[in-house]
Amino acid sequence: MTDLTRIDVAELGRLLTAGEVSAVEVTRAHLDRIATEDGRLGAYLHVEDDAAVAAATTVDEARARGEELGPLAGVPVALKDLVVTQGVPTTSGSKILEGWRPPYSATIATRLADAGTVLLGKTNMDEFAMGSSTENSAYQVTRNPWDLDRIPGGSSGGSSAAVAGHLAPWAIGTDTGGSIRQPAAVTGLVGHKPTYGSVSRYGLIAFSSSLDQAGPLARTVLDAALMHEVIGGHDRCDSTSIDAPLVGLADAARAGAAGDLRGVRVGVVRELGGDGHTEGYEPGVLARTREAVEVLAGLGAEVVEVSCPSFDLALPAYYLIAPSEASSNLARYEGVRFGLRAGDDGNRDLDDVMALTREQGFGPEVKRRIILGTYALSSGYYDAYYGQAQKVRTLITREFTAAFADVDVLVSPTTPTVAFPIGTRVDDPIAMYAADLCTLPASLAGLPAISVPSGLSDGLPVGLQVMAPALADDRCYRVAAALEAAQDGARGHRLLDELPTPAGAA
Amino acid sequence: MTTMTTGDRLVDYDEVLTRYEPVIGLETHVELGTASKMFCGCATTFGAEPNTHTCPVCLGMPGSLPVANAAAVEATIRIGLALGCRIASWSRFARKNYFYPDIPKGFQTSQYDEPLCVAGHLDVEVDGREYRVEIERVHLEEDTGKNLHVGGSTGRIHGADHSLIDFNRAGIPLVEIVTRPVPGAGAKAPEVARAYVTELREIVQALGASDVRMEQGSLRCDVNISLNPIGALELGTRTETKNVNSLRSVERAVRFEMRRQAAVLDGGGRVVQETRHFHEDTGTTSSGRSKEEATDYRYFPEPDLVPLAPDADWIEQLRAALPELPAARRARLQQEWGISGTEMTWLANAGALGLVEQTVAAGASPGDARKWWLGDLARRANEAGTELAELPITPAQVAELSGLIAEGTINDKLARQVLDGVLAGQGGPAQVVAAQGLAVLGESDELVAAVEAAIAGAPDVVAKVQSGKVQALGALVGAVMKTTRGKADAGTVKRMLEERVLSS
Repeated sequence: MTDLTRIDVAELGRLLTAGEVSAVEVTRAHLDRIATEDGRLGAYLHVEDDAAVAAATTVDEARARGEELGPLAGVPVALKDLVVTQGVPTTSGSKILEGWRPPYSATIATRLADAGTVLLGKTNMDEFAMGSSTENSAYQVTRNPWDLDRIPGGSSGGSSAAVAGHLAPWAIGTDTGGSIRQPAAVTGLVGHKPTYGSVSRYGLIAFSSSLDQAGPLARTVLDAALMHEVIGGHDRCDSTSIDAPLVGLADAARAGAAGDLRGVRVGVVRELGGDGHTEGYEPGVLARTREAVEVLAGLGAEVVEVSCPSFDLALPAYYLIAPSEASSNLARYEGVRFGLRAGDDGNRDLDDVMALTREQGFGPEVKRRIILGTYALSSGYYDAYYGQAQKVRTLITREFTAAFADVDVLVSPTTPTVAFPIGTRVDDPIAMYAADLCTLPASLAGLPAISVPSGLSDGLPVGLQVMAPALADDRCYRVAAALEAAQDGARGHRLLDELPTPAGAA
Repeated sequence: MTTMTTGDRLVDYDEVLTRYEPVIGLETHVELGTASKMFCGCATTFGAEPNTHTCPVCLGMPGSLPVANAAAVEATIRIGLALGCRIASWSRFARKNYFYPDIPKGFQTSQYDEPLCVAGHLDVEVDGREYRVEIERVHLEEDTGKNLHVGGSTGRIHGADHSLIDFNRAGIPLVEIVTRPVPGAGAKAPEVARAYVTELREIVQALGASDVRMEQGSLRCDVNISLNPIGALELGTRTETKNVNSLRSVERAVRFEMRRQAAVLDGGGRVVQETRHFHEDTGTTSSGRSKEEATDYRYFPEPDLVPLAPDADWIEQLRAALPELPAARRARLQQEWGISGTEMTWLANAGALGLVEQTVAAGASPGDARKWWLGDLARRANEAGTELAELPITPAQVAELSGLIAEGTINDKLARQVLDGVLAGQGGPAQVVAAQGLAVLGESDELVAAVEAAIAGAPDVVAKVQSGKVQALGALVGAVMKTTRGKADAGTVKRMLEERVLSS
């Protein structure tokens, strides 16, 4: 029998619907693989095991009764551990939430469950999504299936490692400054950050409210679009949710795969790895990006270079806005109502217990950002830091608007380098932050952006980022699917098929 | 004496005014009477079991998000309109960041530099003089939870064994109405402060936006007071007094702080800018946390909520639909009823305005309606320790009672017995009259017999009357009233006696 963990979601859904495989079989195949492989990868913080089998059984029984189920019923899924799931441990990668079992579920978790998908478990992440390597997790290191000594990206590194390592067919990630796209790029996956407001944030443990978005990490563009269609759309529990219908995303992916990009105008952003802006970019990354753009041109796209000078300011602006919001979002972790409470021994007063709880519960990167954000919002500094950063944000948004007057999508490398070795940037936050250089502008402007594999450099995956105007997520899927289909066709197989088989694995 | 218990030296009130000019300012919080909380669907009813009206949102659970209550926004705008404010066309919520166990998120969602309503005013009258209180802003925020500190002597957090938190109140919509500093009230500053809160309370009540019960905390007041040395150009340092939970306390708190601050300044000291707590029992204030070392709240726009941009047409619709406001209503009724301003003030202060108005509407004369509500009924409410409006009698029943007197069915004396019956739950006035046989006796056989018996039983009195001492007739009237247990009409009895004694 074929290995059920190697099959795409679109195909899995078809097999399940046709009754050729059962949800329990598919779920068990993944649980078995998690049991044998996750010891080395460290992708999961919590595995649902029997609960997953029970959920799969429910789907199979419903199908046996002839109930009408959605096309994805029975497909397993992994959730980044900041997606709140009722009764299932949810830690956001932090000790401060160790043991917390939420009394409610995130809207996207409910939508995935309503679609009949089966929760496999919760994936590792940088603590409170702060990081680009998943090394900031309070629990464990997660390894890149392409090279176990390298990082899987972050903050959604548990999700990227799980999907690339075939421990889940797809997974939810979240992206604040690049935390879906960068992990996707460095593990050879497709990762999409939707338009801000197009996927509900209700039940996502907040890092930076004005930037956070949940989205898919998948092995194909079509699978990513299918997941986006399940989780997207208006949610009255999220005030910032956009009340507009989703444009056909899976249809856009299918249309793109047909390989005709005539009439599509593609802008290559000079400031993101273009002439005069190559410092910090690996030559292999730049080469794959050039080649990918040539592929798009070969499919009929009209390619032009676009300049967005303010993008150079995205990184400093981001590292003021995101920590500022985080310093406030993380104030609720003080040991009064949930999670860790430290030092409540009857001798310490309230302030001391709160301070000690935060001292013990938060890791160094979280503390760094809370302090940074607290400082940036302080009276007397607000205008110089938070206020200025918001102005930069406006400038970046305007430059995007101007660029999209002339082009349909913008492209760039997703991240300046391939996956770096574990441990090499942990003591250098600035170097770590540089991993988000290319992904930050779309985050600040709230625009949709996808990362799609563009090839390998020194045997490691490289991603191309495709950015589109707000609510034009379909363009991302279309262009990404075109590149994917063309490269897979030329190669004769998928990039992920080149994933080295880990020693000892079947 | 209070001065001894707090250790604060105080200057005589009249003396304060010889050297200082008081400046008052008020921050009033009104809990809106919306069915659900400000940012979630939890109920707002008062007095439920602790922590039963809570959900992930108002408990600040990780991942939860707020959604603004449209009814609360509307109520805030209506309050702003009633206070003559300009309604912002663009307004935002902001986070006020500080740590305290009763704020579940580690910040209070409030408004900062973009409030919903700005620049209004409220005119109040004290002793015939009008004072204008400028309103700086009216904004919308959420209430905090309630801490209960168990053990210790003070009921406050210091010294308590442990503390419990009830989050039922957390997230209830709260409107904050902030005045500009009010100078020029002089000796009347305490009364002006009280009159302002009284009038504001009436306005909010007239709008139906809140039940404004100070004793339950649905209207809470922080009183800011500073003293400027007379003739000085610089402004004095203000204190902010919290825990002012009744109208009377507003007045007392201002008075106390004026006397205390004057003593500090007289002694060459400087007033510390701080939060103070008012103590109802002693009428004094004591120092809370000092604002000078207080938190930097690090306000910033709330990213989880979209800005409020109320439509101009909608605002005009709300303005047009405002009810008659208390001041206009008082002016109209004063004229309609032909009463003096002082009488109107009595009525308003007694909380009898609406009751009298409804009684008049039910057919009573304004004079009779006022007489009953401010007289017998006010006395009974006072005896029962309750509000006039809570007496078990309706304005329609008072009007009915008044009608029974006017048509001669009962007299004033009987009316009081009828009132007892109504208040005891025996039914409406007519029912009580019928059930207890309290109607005035006409020239019935019963009354004729009583009159004749009185004449026959007191020949000496009859002789006196006949000899010219007409006032002696009173004794006979009294005898008849006694026999009939007050049911007879005294005038009728007198006429019947005169007919029989004087014409013979």
